[in-house]
Amino acid sequence: MENLEKILAEHPFLQGLESHYLDLIVGCASNVKFDAGQFIFHEGEEANQFYVIRNGKVALEIFSPERGAIEIDTLEEGDVLGWSWLIPPYHWRFDARAVELTRAIALDGKCLRNKCEEDHDLGYQLLKRFAHIIEQRLQSTRLQLLDVYGTHS
Amino acid sequence: MAHTLDNEFINPNSQIKSPPDKDPMLPCLFSVEQVKKETHDTFTFYLSPCENKISFPFQPGQFNMLYIFGNGEVPISISGNPSDEDRLVHTVRLVGPVTRAMKNLKRGDVLGVRGPFGNSWPVYEAIGNDVIVVAGGIGLAPLRPVLYKLLSQRDKYGKIVLLYGTRTPEDILFKRELEQLRSRFDLEVHVTVDRAQQSWKGNVGVVTRLIHKATFDPLNSIAVVCGPEVMMRFTALELEKHGVPSDRIYISMERNMKCAIGFCGHCQLGQTFICKDGPVFRYDFMHTYLTKREI
Repeated sequence: MENLEKILAEHPFLQGLESHYLDLIVGCASNVKFDAGQFIFHEGEEANQFYVIRNGKVALEIFSPERGAIEIDTLEEGDVLGWSWLIPPYHWRFDARAVELTRAIALDGKCLRNKCEEDHDLGYQLLKRFAHIIEQRLQSTRLQLLDVYGTHS
Repeated sequence: MAHTLDNEFINPNSQIKSPPDKDPMLPCLFSVEQVKKETHDTFTFYLSPCENKISFPFQPGQFNMLYIFGNGEVPISISGNPSDEDRLVHTVRLVGPVTRAMKNLKRGDVLGVRGPFGNSWPVYEAIGNDVIVVAGGIGLAPLRPVLYKLLSQRDKYGKIVLLYGTRTPEDILFKRELEQLRSRFDLEVHVTVDRAQQSWKGNVGVVTRLIHKATFDPLNSIAVVCGPEVMMRFTALELEKHGVPSDRIYISMERNMKCAIGFCGHCQLGQTFICKDGPVFRYDFMHTYLTKREI
């Protein structure tokens, strides 16, 4: 667990978090590995974890019967995967697939959800960090929607 | 300190001009040596002068006016190697009647060329610094001469990073060259596309998302950015967020250029002319104009 603690403490996502909160989060963490092509989660499944990617590459996809799997984002080393565990009804909205061998730290979102309900300071700290990630991804999505490389640009 | 064009305009690169000894409105005749299809809507033309003695020196970032007789004239950035002065290379995207007419050019066909016009990317100012090259879509074409120049004098620069974003994997320009660049150990290359099918093994996401993956010293870096204006705007903001000062970020503006020598006024922006004073501008000079409507 010492190793996990060090990795999580140094990760930008958790930087500045008080040590007792960090200990609590480390207590909910475990190392996981996904082979190339393996799905980490599927759309509609219950969302009870989130992941800090240590290395590898993960594709976020939506499946369309007409067009097949459409990749909408790629996450890599250092990125945080998944926030559906934090927002009711706690179901994944996309598929996540390891593009290559991927190692990550899985965090038990269900456990953290309960801790956040009990301790709103922890809840605020986590929400603040996830709001930042959500804002970045929203900005990126808006730019993607603009289709800036289309012929009208 | 941030400057605006209304208050003060000194473009640090404006000293590089086209040669004054010829009539800038008179085109030289060039013949098509080779046409290479890059993507479904992008072609690269290799042109050689009809008069053998003409050499065509240019600086990375400069553009030519290409005249398709009977169709019209368009400004197109030079996408070739600055050390090759004997032939001109232009990469053209099909967006209007003139570029569509260009698509039908064959080996041996003749077109008119005026230029080179405009200033240069800051390849000399960047000596001793890290260089971040950010290209979006066809914006990789005007930046390719920068890469040639930087790599020809590799030891003069710190880290060199190329970040390239485009629409889909099928829209990636200069694919083979990008693969070669990726295999170099002295250059960091990241490519992303806005959308892709499952067969694509690379990154999906906008080019701004690549900035945090790159390694550079923000205070000792020069960033050169070329692509659609919206892309340049958001890229510059993201670079600033990562600590690159706005006076070390350069963008290329390509609005409404017609005469290329500041006569017609079509490309006037505030007190400056894009064709004559640009097309390369420091972001701190230009940023207020990027969000201004009706200009």
